[in-house]
Amino acid sequence: MIPPTFDYLVPATLPEAIALLHEHGDEAKVLAGGHSLIPAMRLRFAEPSHLIDISHIPGLDYIREEGGFLKIGTMAREVVLEDLPWISERYPLLVDTTKMIADPQVRNLATVGGNLAHGDPANDHPATMLAYRAEIEIIGASGARTVPIDEFFTDFFTTALEHGEILSEIRIPIPPVLSGGCYLKVERKVGDYAAAAVAVQLSLAADGSIEQAGIGLTNVAALPTRAVNAEKALRGQQPSDALFAHVGELAADASSPADDLRGSAEYKLTLIRELTQRALRRSVERAQGRS
Amino acid sequence: MSKHSITIEINGESFTREVDSRKLLIHFLRDDLALTGTHIGCDTSSCGACTILLNGKSIKACTFFAVQANNQKIETIEGVEQGGQLHPLQEGFHQEHGLQCGFCTPGMIMRGKELLEKNPNPTEEEIRWGISGNLCRCTGYSNIIKSIQYAANKLNEKQEEAA
Repeated sequence: MIPPTFDYLVPATLPEAIALLHEHGDEAKVLAGGHSLIPAMRLRFAEPSHLIDISHIPGLDYIREEGGFLKIGTMAREVVLEDLPWISERYPLLVDTTKMIADPQVRNLATVGGNLAHGDPANDHPATMLAYRAEIEIIGASGARTVPIDEFFTDFFTTALEHGEILSEIRIPIPPVLSGGCYLKVERKVGDYAAAAVAVQLSLAADGSIEQAGIGLTNVAALPTRAVNAEKALRGQQPSDALFAHVGELAADASSPADDLRGSAEYKLTLIRELTQRALRRSVERAQGRS
Repeated sequence: MSKHSITIEINGESFTREVDSRKLLIHFLRDDLALTGTHIGCDTSSCGACTILLNGKSIKACTFFAVQANNQKIETIEGVEQGGQLHPLQEGFHQEHGLQCGFCTPGMIMRGKELLEKNPNPTEEEIRWGISGNLCRCTGYSNIIKSIQYAANKLNEKQEEAA
């Protein structure tokens, strides 16, 4: 499995990378961690004429809180999220997600930016970023623009990234106090894509009711999916098993999975119903500081 | 251009070669440098037999182009033994019968190396989690875990002696 020939370019700055993308036309691709792109090239699903390796551009791998957001630079590798104790403490949904992606060697190279820019509905970060109501910063020749995560995934394997643009930063709003989140994924074996997975991020009011909730679903539709009605049903309500069972049904209603090697559509709907309830319980416990 | 002159430090020795941009690191190591200790198993970044260290981090050499390693440091299984002395991980796999056919072993040892550097006292669960990207079809993993525990103990003893 040897990919077709291509030219390899190593820009020193982002503007240089963007100029190279424009110069080499729409067959040029950005290479970051490479753990979606290189396998696709080896299978000849992708045959880029030029690879523009942005991994040597300094200053793109930051993870910091600033201006009300957790900002993740596009070259931040998955492993870094796993290794930072303050991320585990304050962004448990994010760390849950990272730990479920592929395996340690892959996470040493794979990037959060790439996981999103690839636009694969089977990838794990899209659902998580939906639950967090993240924003994506995109840089092109005419400057930067910000796209809400709900407008980022536009079609199967297609995102709001235009040719000549690079995903430069992911911004997660810093959760208020009494917040918690959780990612639960069923996979056939370590490293597999989800049969189904659920991302929950919620915050509680002082009286213990649910103030805000985000629910993202992985690999149960052509696009990463927000369970809109499920989120609405939680708002203002006191957490209870009956409420969570109802919300699990609404999350399954938002899914349209297909039968495949990972299971029947019916099985995946059952997973969404159950995983949603479990993720909600765990998120509430975390928001209450109980786990 | 699709041909590149690259320089990579491998096991402490500098190598400069001309490569096609599409040449994968695993093929560069095995075919161009005859470093055949690193194995090709699944060829799809699943099995971990091709695990090497890139700047101290374990990666799968089947999913990395040789040009990406230009000016970087690589360690392969051939560099693990030092001065005729087996590394505690190699010794552990020997003592604890951590292999049968041995095909996965180079990858297990390279992965084990990074694992123990990051976490010198791993629990059994942490070891299982740590080698979740490496497949073994012979041992059922139990002896591999014992081998890594053996190495952890040995490395910690050495550390104490040095202190």
